[in-house]
Amino acid sequence: MAIEKEKLIDMYRTMVRIRLFEDKIAEDFAAGKIPGFVHLSAGQEANATGVCANLRVDDIITSTHRGHGHIIAKVGNQYSLAPMVAELYGKKTGVNKGKAGSQHLSDLDIGVLVAEGIQGTALTLAVGVALAAKLKATDQVAVTFIGDGTLNTGRFHEGMNMASAWKLPLICYCENNIWAESTNIYHVTNLTNITDRAVAFNIPGISVDGNDVLAVYEVAAKAIARARKGEGPTFIEGKTCRLRGHFEGDTHLYRSQKEKDECRKRDPIPRFRKKLIEMKALTDKEADKIHQEVQKEMDEAVKFALDSPFPDPEDVLTDVFAQGGKK
Amino acid sequence: MREITYLQAITEAIDEEMARDPTVFIMGEDIRAWGAPLGEFKGLFEKYGGERVRDTAISETAMLGATAGAAAMGMRPIVHIMFSEFLGVCMSDIRCVLTKTRYMTGGKTKFPATIMSYSGAGVSAAGEHSACPYGWLMAIPGLKIVAPATPYDAKGLIKSAIREDNPVQVLYHIKLIFDRLTGEVPEEEYTIPIGVADIKREGSDVTVVAVGLMVHRALAAANKLQEKGISLEIVDLRSLAPIDKQTIINSVKKTGRLVIMDEEPKTESASSEIAAIVAEEAFDLLDAPIKRVCAPDTPIPFSPTLEKAWMPDEEDLIKAVTEIT
Repeated sequence: MAIEKEKLIDMYRTMVRIRLFEDKIAEDFAAGKIPGFVHLSAGQEANATGVCANLRVDDIITSTHRGHGHIIAKVGNQYSLAPMVAELYGKKTGVNKGKAGSQHLSDLDIGVLVAEGIQGTALTLAVGVALAAKLKATDQVAVTFIGDGTLNTGRFHEGMNMASAWKLPLICYCENNIWAESTNIYHVTNLTNITDRAVAFNIPGISVDGNDVLAVYEVAAKAIARARKGEGPTFIEGKTCRLRGHFEGDTHLYRSQKEKDECRKRDPIPRFRKKLIEMKALTDKEADKIHQEVQKEMDEAVKFALDSPFPDPEDVLTDVFAQGGKK
Repeated sequence: MREITYLQAITEAIDEEMARDPTVFIMGEDIRAWGAPLGEFKGLFEKYGGERVRDTAISETAMLGATAGAAAMGMRPIVHIMFSEFLGVCMSDIRCVLTKTRYMTGGKTKFPATIMSYSGAGVSAAGEHSACPYGWLMAIPGLKIVAPATPYDAKGLIKSAIREDNPVQVLYHIKLIFDRLTGEVPEEEYTIPIGVADIKREGSDVTVVAVGLMVHRALAAANKLQEKGISLEIVDLRSLAPIDKQTIINSVKKTGRLVIMDEEPKTESASSEIAAIVAEEAFDLLDAPIKRVCAPDTPIPFSPTLEKAWMPDEEDLIKAVTEIT
């Protein structure tokens, strides 16, 4: 599949934006500047980027606790980092007015319905999004990003069954980093290939190297086209790995050094950079410039967050109920 | 005015809303063949077809998740979670997804969804099919709850629930369906606002607050007590969330006495909250302690004899009223 040079560079920039966003968040979290908890996706950027590069603004995704990459990738690089950073800092100018934080970061204006912290709820929610698309006869698709930890929830079975039975335009994309928090998925699951699960739903199940953004792009493109045509859901496994712990502060001593070293070698960003240079789509100098530009953008986003006020105490009472109703 | 049953009123409400608004659709178990086990959706599959009247697997978490997702996309789903204890199966989707997401998105989303479930004992359905989980649901911020006692209220409240831009749980009482309760329901269009109580009987000596089947038992008790010269005012809350505090307090202002009749185990029930509201906001109006007529803190038994003993009835209410008058 030929992808235009401009798009390739955009995808590279997206991955860099996710990485540098999260690197800075890690730094500021460690410095005690960010409240709560953060779960970073460093090492998994190619999954979000490769899938979302196929989506339209009006396609809807649901995400997880490890969701920064999904929202950054959803509509591309014109989407400002600043309200997201402000949200993580708990500021009034945050994309969710300081009511979501890292774990629930979302923006329906760009088709990110919500990021869910209870495993599987993002999936069943996306089933409903896909159902609405079908009932309204739009050709929107719903993509739910899940982790391997979700595979053994009842919701996975229920949601995939419903999506398959009703032939809904849903893509369930599992970022399999093999660690459900600190538990190895293969220690608690009697499967070698998790895509075997798709057989039970009579839908395609495809494994892809989740650290190869172009491979992810291609697999997602087919699944999305299939969904748009009304041919039903697809289950995709992106084989990936987590460069950091489950949450910031997790020393991830449950992983061997060898596994961590291998994960570092698979880092999707240097890998894609090398590929783009080989393809003569990018020079080293241009790549460096992208990093510098993104770093500057992130510095400005952090400044915006720091300069922003905290929410007012009375804001605690707003946004519980929608006002009005169908007349 | 014509009289129809409680069940017919429920069906009419849904039918009318589906006719006026193409975004309204239903998901539920046994919807196609039976119109749900008690027939409240009967005829709708034939009228609106399988796209809008969707037969589901026994799959409450998927049903509730799909309800939330479709609602967020501008549809108005009605989901039938048959017996109210089954709400426990999909409670994360209600307690977290459906009712918290608007807040957690900073108001960027809304969830116009209606959950319909049977509640209540009195038909020997035993421990898992008889609950009125009022207190349990009232503890969920972001959820509105209605529990109609009459055909008129059932129709008007369900229509409002479907038009509401927020999640609404409708709890309709199984015994009122089994007993084929009838009542006046106009042919003309009407709705009943959520959050507004209704005084089902005016009185001067004691305020009785109730919902659902308990309203009828309170009315029966009021007739008996009238003969003894005690006048009960029966406040049918109709909505458990939001609760119509002002109507309760206004009534207590008149009577000075409050009994709450609630078909739930007493601990953390709707009665707990109502008693707390009056104790906190209208203590000076009370001439006697607040009394609660509730079920004991046990599971709901099967045998009719045990079930009758478990359920609050008019004799229990008369006893409580007598203690404070």
